Amino acid sequence: MGKNLFQKVWEKHAVKVLPNGQTQLFIGMHLIHEVTSPQAFAMLRDLDIKVAFPERTFATVDHIIPTDAENRVRPYADPLAEEMMQAIESNTKASGITFFNPESEKQGVVHIVGPEQGLTQPGSTIACGDSHTATHGAFGAIAFGIGTSQVRDVLATQTMSIAPFKVRRIEINGKLKEGVYAKDVILYIISKLGVAGGTGHAYEFAGDVIDNMSMEGRMTVCNMAIEGGARVGYINTDETTFAYIKGKPYAPKDNWDEMVEYWKSVASDADAQYDDIVKYDAADIEPQITWGINPEQTIGISEKIPMPTNDVMQEALDYTGFAGGDLMNGKKVDVVFIGSCTNGRIEDFREAAKYAKGKKVAEGVRALAVPGSFGVRDQAVAEGLDKIFIEAGFDWREPGCSMCLAMNPDKLIGSEISASTSNRNFKGRQGSATGRTLLVSPVMAVAAAVTGKISDCREVFEIGG
Amino acid sequence: MALGKIEKVIGGAVPVLGDDIDTDRIIPARFLKCVTFDALGAQLFYDVRYDDNGKSIGHPIDDAKYKGASIIVSGNNFGCGSSREHAPQAIKKAGFNAVIAGSYAEIFFGNCTTLGIVCVEADDATRAGIVEAMAIDASAQMEIDVEACKVSVNGKSFDVAIKENARAAFLAGNYDSLADLLGNMDDVKKLEASLKYSFTA
Ligand code: SF4
Repeated sequence: MGKNLFQKVWEKHAVKVLPNGQTQLFIGMHLIHEVTSPQAFAMLRDLDIKVAFPERTFATVDHIIPTDAENRVRPYADPLAEEMMQAIESNTKASGITFFNPESEKQGVVHIVGPEQGLTQPGSTIACGDSHTATHGAFGAIAFGIGTSQVRDVLATQTMSIAPFKVRRIEINGKLKEGVYAKDVILYIISKLGVAGGTGHAYEFAGDVIDNMSMEGRMTVCNMAIEGGARVGYINTDETTFAYIKGKPYAPKDNWDEMVEYWKSVASDADAQYDDIVKYDAADIEPQITWGINPEQTIGISEKIPMPTNDVMQEALDYTGFAGGDLMNGKKVDVVFIGSCTNGRIEDFREAAKYAKGKKVAEGVRALAVPGSFGVRDQAVAEGLDKIFIEAGFDWREPGCSMCLAMNPDKLIGSEISASTSNRNFKGRQGSATGRTLLVSPVMAVAAAVTGKISDCREVFEIGG
Repeated sequence: MALGKIEKVIGGAVPVLGDDIDTDRIIPARFLKCVTFDALGAQLFYDVRYDDNGKSIGHPIDDAKYKGASIIVSGNNFGCGSSREHAPQAIKKAGFNAVIAGSYAEIFFGNCTTLGIVCVEADDATRAGIVEAMAIDASAQMEIDVEACKVSVNGKSFDVAIKENARAAFLAGNYDSLADLLGNMDDVKKLEASLKYSFTA
């Protein structure tokens, strides 16, 4: 009986079984950001414990950093943001941890920076005090979000206490229709399996659609595994994976072939066992859009909002002001946000720019394009994408999490409706307690920007037949 | 790290009903701007407790009859969303030591357990019974017996579940595992040397 990647990587990294019955798991690569790490460093100081393997932790700043150039000048206007920035600067300096600060021109959203720097590698265990850490699973790594007490544990010991997951294989076979993207695939899966469907599971994404997807697309899919309740989402490696990693700053150099051989060896065996297998047909997936207050409340653009059958659905409709039986197609939007660790990568901006080119953002719509990292920004500028967005009337900004969760100055106002490429449509997520978020792909976001309302990108841009 | 055993949680209970109460609801993102967790208690559930002017809009947490409560009773999939430990920390700093819900998001559950917040699982029917029993006298003390997996309030008693790993850890007083992890550093170093990683700039 063969093994899946999760089992192989887990076995290699298991130190011991602890008295609490969980496994002491070694974390090969640890990422930190400014929001969930300062309290962990403070706990270590209280206990007089040093960081055990500082060369295995890498830091960036993403959540609180302003994304407009003037406001990035230090000290930040928001004293709390400045305090958090100073904390991560002094904590990383004191413990010898590499900090991708804005001056290094490597700063960005933590889940974009890891892969971009070549730190995210197959066969690794990766932890970060951030729930979207599953993103890194796109490289055949076991990556998951942890709480601050566990950030403390990883800093202190490079290990943590955790119980193994079950593994569900999710296959999407066939060919995606034109105008349908990785974002639509993962929203579709969550709408089918539910926001809690993956609790206790790692999701192994596979099938023709995943095989044919770019690394950017795979990261979008794995990024949202947590929105389906699965703490881990991963994809087995192939030539696409290796080609992406090769040449990145921290990628293996002299030992490249040896590492690739190792990476191949941890992939799921052909006869691997799974706790569960589900299959979907790519032909059934159309551009998706959320209508409620969690990512499971998703429909295809041609579908109607379902009639509420439970309290959460009713609560969602009360909050959004939409009604069961309505189409989302045609709903007015106030704000469009392209960015985040879900869709803030170069391919997202390329694809969005393809359709924004020569168009104008509709009257009254505030549109933001926020690259996920310096790397993404510089590449986009080199390709002239920034100009396309600016000419179309988008606000082209500096890298950070921005309006994904609005811990910086980018926020919704009042009950504004935002078409957003981010990953969460929770109540109040984009900075206003009454703001409304509709999750979409980048091309759907551009379609909303230029028409001023939710529209089928395939009709607006005459994509496909 | 020297922890007390948790055999029972006794205190007032407040119903915060509804499914899928996410971490943004428990502690809105704007309150994450802090380098310590100390101030979070007052900000628990902020956006559903106060209006734009900071005036109470009548959330159960602020209802006088639940004053001083230390147990939250909620719905299914409690604590879904982000990994922010700010959520369990806010719950703890607001004086709560236990939650009774249908189910929990995983990261949230783990964070709570490490902090010694007992996450009790009770199905829909049991929770309905608990809420009904609480209503007899809202200020009554509830008892959660961790060992026996029982919740009692106002003379009524209910069978509930507590995940076995967590339950054993509460009873043994080792729910914060840092000391155990530190005890194995020789094994950690040995394992580290055997692993294949290559990231040098
Ligand atoms: S972009 Fe959004 S989801 Fe991603 S790390 Fe930043 S805040 Fe979290």
